[in-house]
Amino acid sequence: MKRRQFLGLLGAAGITATLGTEAQAASGHTFDGYPNAKGVLFDSTRCIGCRKCEAACNKVNKLPAPAKPFDDLKVLDTERRTDAKAYTVVNKYAGKKGPAFRKIQCNHCMEPACASVCFVRAFTKNPDGSVTYDASLCVGCRYCMVACPFNIPAYEYNNPLTPRVMKCTMCHDQIQKGELSAPGCVTICPKEALVYGKRKDLIEVARERIKRNPERYQDHVYGEQEMGGTNWLYLSGEKFKDIGLREDLGNVSVPTMTSGPLSVVPMVAALWPALLGGVWAMNKRKDKVAEEEQKAAVKAAKAEVKAEAAAKLAKELDKAEKDKAQAIEREVKRALEEAAAAQKEEAAAKKDEEGA
Amino acid sequence: MTTENNKTLFTPVNIITGIFLAIGLVITVLRFTKGLGYVTNLDDNNPWGIWISFDLLCGVALAAGGYTTSSACYLFGLKKYHSAVRPAILTAFLGYALVVFALHYDVGRPYRLPYPIFVSPGTTSLLYEVGLCVFLYVTVLAIEFSPAAFEWLGMKKLRNTVTKLTLALTVFGVVLSTLHQSSLGALYVAVPSKIHPLWYSPYLAILFFVSSIPAGLSMVIFEGTLAHKPWHHMMDKTHLDEHEGVILGFARGASISLAAYFCVKLVAVAYDNNWAYLATGWGAWYLLEVLGFVALPSMLYAIGSREKNIKLIKWTSALTVFGIILNRFNVSIVAFNWQLPSSQRYFPSWMEIGISIFVVTVGVTVYRFIVSRMPIFFEHPEYKDAH
Repeated sequence: MKRRQFLGLLGAAGITATLGTEAQAASGHTFDGYPNAKGVLFDSTRCIGCRKCEAACNKVNKLPAPAKPFDDLKVLDTERRTDAKAYTVVNKYAGKKGPAFRKIQCNHCMEPACASVCFVRAFTKNPDGSVTYDASLCVGCRYCMVACPFNIPAYEYNNPLTPRVMKCTMCHDQIQKGELSAPGCVTICPKEALVYGKRKDLIEVARERIKRNPERYQDHVYGEQEMGGTNWLYLSGEKFKDIGLREDLGNVSVPTMTSGPLSVVPMVAALWPALLGGVWAMNKRKDKVAEEEQKAAVKAAKAEVKAEAAAKLAKELDKAEKDKAQAIEREVKRALEEAAAAQKEEAAAKKDEEGA
Repeated sequence: MTTENNKTLFTPVNIITGIFLAIGLVITVLRFTKGLGYVTNLDDNNPWGIWISFDLLCGVALAAGGYTTSSACYLFGLKKYHSAVRPAILTAFLGYALVVFALHYDVGRPYRLPYPIFVSPGTTSLLYEVGLCVFLYVTVLAIEFSPAAFEWLGMKKLRNTVTKLTLALTVFGVVLSTLHQSSLGALYVAVPSKIHPLWYSPYLAILFFVSSIPAGLSMVIFEGTLAHKPWHHMMDKTHLDEHEGVILGFARGASISLAAYFCVKLVAVAYDNNWAYLATGWGAWYLLEVLGFVALPSMLYAIGSREKNIKLIKWTSALTVFGIILNRFNVSIVAFNWQLPSSQRYFPSWMEIGISIFVVTVGVTVYRFIVSRMPIFFEHPEYKDAH
């Protein structure tokens, strides 16, 4: 009963696991993103590193005040990443054409690593393109942070009991509520280095800019393909790896990478019991056969011993019989001889009598 | 050695245990009042430290003795290993219980640990798979272990009912172990961009599963060696008589499974054509792991079992256990974030190490308590020949 229950439970888990992956591996189906999903195009060649986007982000997301004010541009001299108090940061890089600036925040992947690896489904890829996080489900395992290829999610390490994962939401809530029409960083940007719009349109815009100014731009829209595509897109005059964007990530999304190992799970659950049960049954059968063979051997040995003993007995009996017969014969012979001798003696005595 | 000697509680072992436990309790208070940031060196780039590498990855791998021993005895028909089953099940049960215990320190909101199973299952996550299997397997191990406790408590009826489940539990235990041992490796399949190519492989799941077999077998040998002296008086004739056979048999098994693991390791390098990396510093480190702690112990085990050299086998078991720990650390810490500058790399804080030692100490203490009382190294006189 227990076993059946357990196996049933496991089977159910296996099935949900397969369904949960949207059976990508099996069907060859690909997810090209929500058709009307929005995104942001960041043009590094327009960015002047004023950090106004950082300030706006801090304000609209009600994040704690920074250690150094946002108008302190010396901050740009050291490379920074997003953290629990900053959903976005601008970094300065020494480019071939002079200083280059790059804003970084959650890239809102089309197939987000964080969402696919979260074991409580705390992340959601929304139809508007944003990836949002629900702190009310989060256990705090931080696998999302491990899995994110862009090193974006940050953690409230100093909160002992209710720490949250912190990351850019593309101002999803504020836009839903109508408080904002575009993410805070986009609205504030004085140089229009950020454009908010449908991802499809943004790719066109980006291509158009490259086409019109081929010497100004790298001929690549970063995020169009990277890690399966992101809703935040980048244009740059410098090589992307020189402004802190890895070029070696590949175009395969994390859900695609993990679908292989995931697909094996229900197979193991389905086949192992039969396989192991089979091994057990074979061993049991082997033991049984061995036992039977042993029994048969013992029986045969016993019979043989018995037969041998009987034969020996018969032989002995036979010998005894013969001995007895011989003894009788001997006795008879002796008796006869004695009788003959006695007769002779008698005859001789008679002769003597007659002679006398 | 044991506390019930009535002489004194202040034996050297008990004093050291007490110190470790006291330090651990202090760090525990700090962890839950000041947060992870205060006690650990974790940061946004390095979200997983030694509490994952050692307490989870190594803990689970080294507790593999449970499923390997019980399947050898009950499924593969090697009944001469029967006396090794109970110690192995006990170690596995304690190992997994401690894994779960240690996770309460590492996750941000430990009170939500049941969420993935009961509230919001994230079935696309390999961590969900690990969580579900570990949860079920701890339950299985608890049931598998319970007859020893029932015999000790004199609960005959329960004991006899549970022992009838042995076969089903063993099969289920192997299914669960296959799944979560491999899934622990598969956790890292998601991050090819962060792990050095020599340690990253799409085969990580298979590598972790295959290596768990020699890890488990070696732990049984290693632990048997450690337990033999202090609890010699607790061991019955069967246990002592079978002991050498267990060591020789397990050494053969470990030798073969290490050889298989070595082959999978090579395939993993060949699959992505990563041979060129072998000529780098990372390559030297990789070769040290693969030659020094996989190929070498495989050979030493073979020699040891052939020449019936028990001493060599025992040392080899320690070498293998160390090698498995080295591998798990390499994947999850050393080769993880290898491309980051050294200033952004992770090294554990003393308090993280303190908690790991604390967790091991708790385990050893509970182990000592149990083997000094319950029928682990001997058969309970009332149940002789009951199997």
